[in-house]
Amino acid sequence: MAAIARLRLPVSSSVLSTPARPALRVSWSSRSQSPAPRAKIPGHARTFVSSTALREKKYTEDHEWIELSEDGKTGTIGITAFAAHALGDVVYVELPTPSLAVTAGDTIGAVESVKSASDIMTPVSGTIIEGNKVLEEKPGTINQGPEGEGWIARIEVGDKGEVEALMGGEAYRKFTEE
Amino acid sequence: MVPFAGYSMPVSYSDLGVGESHKWTREKASLFDVSHMVQHRLSGPLAQSLLERITPSDITSLKTRHSTLSCLLHPVTGGIVDDTVIARLGPEAFYIVTNAANRDKDLQYLTAQIEEQQAAHSGLTAGISWEVLDDWSLIAVQGPRSADILSSILDKPEDFDLKSLYFGQCAYLHIRLPSTPGIAEVLVSRGGYTGEDGFEISIPPSLPAVGLIESMLDSAEGKENLRLAGLGARDSLRLEAGMCLYGHDLDDTTTPVEAGLSWIIGKTRRTGGGFHGDQTILSQLKPKKDGGSGVERRRVGFIVDGAPAREGAAIVEADGQVVGTITSGCPSPTLGKNVAMGYVKDGWHKRGTELGVMVRGKKRRAVVTKMPFVESRYWKQAAVTAPG
Repeated sequence: MAAIARLRLPVSSSVLSTPARPALRVSWSSRSQSPAPRAKIPGHARTFVSSTALREKKYTEDHEWIELSEDGKTGTIGITAFAAHALGDVVYVELPTPSLAVTAGDTIGAVESVKSASDIMTPVSGTIIEGNKVLEEKPGTINQGPEGEGWIARIEVGDKGEVEALMGGEAYRKFTEE
Repeated sequence: MVPFAGYSMPVSYSDLGVGESHKWTREKASLFDVSHMVQHRLSGPLAQSLLERITPSDITSLKTRHSTLSCLLHPVTGGIVDDTVIARLGPEAFYIVTNAANRDKDLQYLTAQIEEQQAAHSGLTAGISWEVLDDWSLIAVQGPRSADILSSILDKPEDFDLKSLYFGQCAYLHIRLPSTPGIAEVLVSRGGYTGEDGFEISIPPSLPAVGLIESMLDSAEGKENLRLAGLGARDSLRLEAGMCLYGHDLDDTTTPVEAGLSWIIGKTRRTGGGFHGDQTILSQLKPKKDGGSGVERRRVGFIVDGAPAREGAAIVEADGQVVGTITSGCPSPTLGKNVAMGYVKDGWHKRGTELGVMVRGKKRRAVVTKMPFVESRYWKQAAVTAPG
């Protein structure tokens, strides 16, 4: 979601040259009623202890989330409820092409609302397995369930260490409150 | 909130998202605080001749309490310094609104132009009096319910029927403010930046602008139908209405003819000239085949398939050659399609021309489409279909 920098607003060109993300952050934080993602408590009700830390949903500062599968080999990527709320009604989603090899931080798609176009960046390196085709027909699914039905892509994870290094739910919640 | 021309401005308010606020404006009414815009009062014996020199508008024919969209022009090139609305308040008095983003540039420009005008008529020491109305507020009420809402705060609605105030006209109206005893007078212009019927209310510093806003929001009509709207909806509404945003769709190198604003050039001005850049502009009005210079590029509208095209996207023809650039674009909440405007090389500007727009490396189909994308609904004297 980094490129909310492309936020299209009637701002003067001098303003456009300033990074727009902090600006949007302000507009996000003005919506304090936006539902913050619930933190998952590590070690809670997991049978397979060694994978617990990895199975925890992780978040990026660019407002993407990733959740690993049971076997830890693949991950599901989406944008956070916080980001979806800030964007407003999503009208178009650009999905990544399967078998695309990506490095953490690469743009793998985009989400468009009336307000802005935002890039979706992969939180981790790996190979894209699929995009969520539902979003092609029903982009609004992202607003209804950004962290569920509105997932964006699945990825074969290259380095699990990259997942571990991301923010947990509680850390992300604090990050969005800043 | 976002920084805008030195002000902190809301993109949207917490009760409605941008898309919702947009639709609310088209169905009911929205209130935009546009006090950041620069209001001016220009008066004196040389005011009219100044405006006729720096704009291509037919100011002489502009009737009292009528306004017109216009452009301040650069000498020789005819490039647009800023777009503006000019209203005549009296034989020698005008009210002008310019863009906040261009404030410094406009003030320098006007200072220089006024000095030149005075110098050219050295016999008149008090030829032009110019006042920048700092600390004045400007409130826009836009949407089909605007007239009912404004009417509900008039001091004596029976004395002034808003039905007699048409698009492009202005009037001093007396309003009732619970917080301020006595009669409050404001300058109301019918028009706006959304394509809907609506009003812009200029409020002097002596009156509480917030009180006036609250009066409208708290009126029975307002409670039901009026909501605050921010820059987000303002941008998508003006785009649907085919209106330009300076700094995006217009700049110092663009002439009114290239911008598709030839209609602001007054009839008498087309033969007489006498304004900045008149030779360039009048020659551009004539196509090459008729002996004029025509234009190399023109502003046109597009409907874009798939991904919305935003500012900066390249416009390409079938073999991939770039023929222009998008200057504004968004998904249209009213149409459910992507609308955009941009400049294309002359020859690619005809309605129905199929082109492509590059969004994230992929070519999307874009068809040249007439603007406004959404039909305007101004309150006009002759219009049978105007909303009541």
